[in-house]
Amino acid sequence: MLVVENVVAAYGAIVALKGVSLTVGRGEIVTLIGANGAGKSTLMMTICGSPAPKSGRILFDGEDITGLPTHVIMRRGIAQAPEGRRIFPRMTVYENLRMGAEVLEGRHFAEDLAFVCGLFPRLKERLAQRGGTLSGGEQQMLAIARALMMRPRLLLLDEPSLGLAPMVVRQIFAAIRDLNRDRGLTVLLVEQNAYHALRLAHRGYVLVNGTITMQGTGAELLARPEVRAAYLEGGRAQDAR
Amino acid sequence: MMRHEAAVGARAATRTGQAGHILRDAVLAALVALGLGAPLLGLQTVPAERGLTVIPRPGLLFGAIACVFVGRLALGAFMARRAGRAALATPAPRFRLVPPGFAPTLGKAAGLALLLFALALPFIPGAGRYEIDLATLVLTYVMLGWGLNIVVGLAGLLDLGYVAFYAVGAYGYALMAKYFDIGFWAALPLTGLLAAAWGIILGFPVLRLRGDYLAIVTLAFGEIIRVVLLNWVSLTGGPNGLSGIPRPTFFGLPFSMAGGPGTFAGFFGLEPSPLHRVIFLYYLILALALLTNLVTIRLRQHPIGRAWEALREDEIAARSLGLSVVAVKLTAFATGAMFGGFAGAFFATRQGFISPESFTFIESALILAIVVLGGMGSQLGVATAAIVMIGGFELFRDLEEFRMLVFGLAMVAIMVWRPRGLVATREPSVALKERRGVAAAHVGEGRG
Ligand SMILES: Nc1ncnc2c1ncn2[C@@H]1O[C@H](COP(=O)(O)OP(=O)(O)O)[C@@H](O)[C@H]1O
Ligand SMILES: [Mg+2]
Repeated sequence: MLVVENVVAAYGAIVALKGVSLTVGRGEIVTLIGANGAGKSTLMMTICGSPAPKSGRILFDGEDITGLPTHVIMRRGIAQAPEGRRIFPRMTVYENLRMGAEVLEGRHFAEDLAFVCGLFPRLKERLAQRGGTLSGGEQQMLAIARALMMRPRLLLLDEPSLGLAPMVVRQIFAAIRDLNRDRGLTVLLVEQNAYHALRLAHRGYVLVNGTITMQGTGAELLARPEVRAAYLEGGRAQDAR
Repeated sequence: MMRHEAAVGARAATRTGQAGHILRDAVLAALVALGLGAPLLGLQTVPAERGLTVIPRPGLLFGAIACVFVGRLALGAFMARRAGRAALATPAPRFRLVPPGFAPTLGKAAGLALLLFALALPFIPGAGRYEIDLATLVLTYVMLGWGLNIVVGLAGLLDLGYVAFYAVGAYGYALMAKYFDIGFWAALPLTGLLAAAWGIILGFPVLRLRGDYLAIVTLAFGEIIRVVLLNWVSLTGGPNGLSGIPRPTFFGLPFSMAGGPGTFAGFFGLEPSPLHRVIFLYYLILALALLTNLVTIRLRQHPIGRAWEALREDEIAARSLGLSVVAVKLTAFATGAMFGGFAGAFFATRQGFISPESFTFIESALILAIVVLGGMGSQLGVATAAIVMIGGFELFRDLEEFRMLVFGLAMVAIMVWRPRGLVATREPSVALKERRGVAAAHVGEGRG
């Protein structure tokens, strides 16, 4: 469904992605793990067209979307819950969700609203509350729900667990699993929280300094000693239970 | 219990510490006032037989210093009281529980009262030419504030050159009338379009800019327009401006003191009076301002308006939701500029004379101050701020040069008292029609 081929991306002189290739198949959850500054968010943003890749190709559903403007790419069926959530703080939860439905011009809005409220009952109770007054976990739920309002075929999630309590992380990951299992939603999940991400994902990639160094199924990567050493020790002790 | 006493003791101690701090702060402020005031207020130069002589004005100087000292003391005490109260209060709930619909209803009632007052104003006993003229001026700024509010308050694009569009509208109408003999009513929509076109011209180069950079470029744009008007003498008359701009007609009936069947007074069988035109101009700007307001309110519930607000809240998020940031910014600039253009055409027809002097940076700053003090995005807040600022300006006319001082103090006071503007709460543009149950059947689309 998504093919990233040899993508190079840079901010001015800083080359953040040095020829990255990965694929995400229809119905898969693929996770991209890596340390802070590895280029994970840059890859997410590059898939969405900003920054545009310096070289390489990005295909979505077999069509070349390299170099298209962001709003065109987002209208083709890709949605993103960006790093740091980026909900609209002065708008109510309801308005935030309405903004998600804007590309569809509000078609199916009521139906989709009911759906995301079923997925995240916490949001349902807070529809009239301003986004900026939500807790971190609720904001993350809202960011995901808002992206879902676009009815995407591919959902990009950038560090949804960042700064959240383990219980909330479990809720959010459970929701991702349900979306994938029940609705066949394809997900590309960027995480530093490698243990949960690899347990959830069908496949995973490890990004180091703008280069993919390892790939495999979630279970394979979890078993690799390099992965354990770099991304799991400590992390696992905190998050596993 | 012991812990409680200890806490009270500690609080008393911090309070005396605080009092000392406030006092020191006030003394410092008074010293600064002395330093600044000694040359500025304490000495006055008067023309004498030969050259100038300097006479001291100790009374004024020490009066000013006393004002600064007392004011600073009061401010410090006030802030400390407030901080203390906040600390003593039980942990505040994370969001205020306003009864649903309470604030908006209050706002609506205030808005309605203002509107009724505005409609009736020319016929209120005691409202003479002066009062109506002043109200017309206030309404011009209300309209400009509402126009700029689209760009700054809704779309979050800091525009310091808004007066450029006001100038484009004014000169647009004056030149159309001069060279093509186009009347006010025909010219009005054209000036709006012209200003909107200039809004887009400004919009393109600043698409990638945000915040301070955007502010600098828009400021420069305002100055460029003014300098061009000043120097293109053959077209604009340069510093002499353009005069003899046709006055508006009442749908073709001129306001004339001569009376007669073809004039407003003659047609309606009234005694000719200069007041007719004054009142007509008043209702004209009221209608234009209300049009601005209405369009803004409607647009907020429209995808364009929602996109403006999304852009203000978070540009990256707006883009990731599939909004074209280019289109969103350009429509905001164009729409705001259009209303500036309308206001400019009104200004030209009201004055009958325009010159670049009316379109300086101070005007942009004043309009921006109205928007910011009003609460960035609130229609009622902007109107209130325009009334307070322009009305206040007039009220303190007798103070002459101290007017700016009062003006500055008032702004500081508002910013201390209401740091987010007079009306800081943003009303949702879409809301659930029914406040419970999210079952699909119950969820209204919330208009638009
Ligand atoms: N807007 C930007 N401008 C310049 N450099 C950036 C920008 N965003 C990220 N970078 C740089 O690109 C590299 C990758 O960052 P990022 O993709 O955010 O990493 P990650 O999401 O894996 O933590 C880092 O070295 C970072 O400093
Ligand atoms: Mg990141």
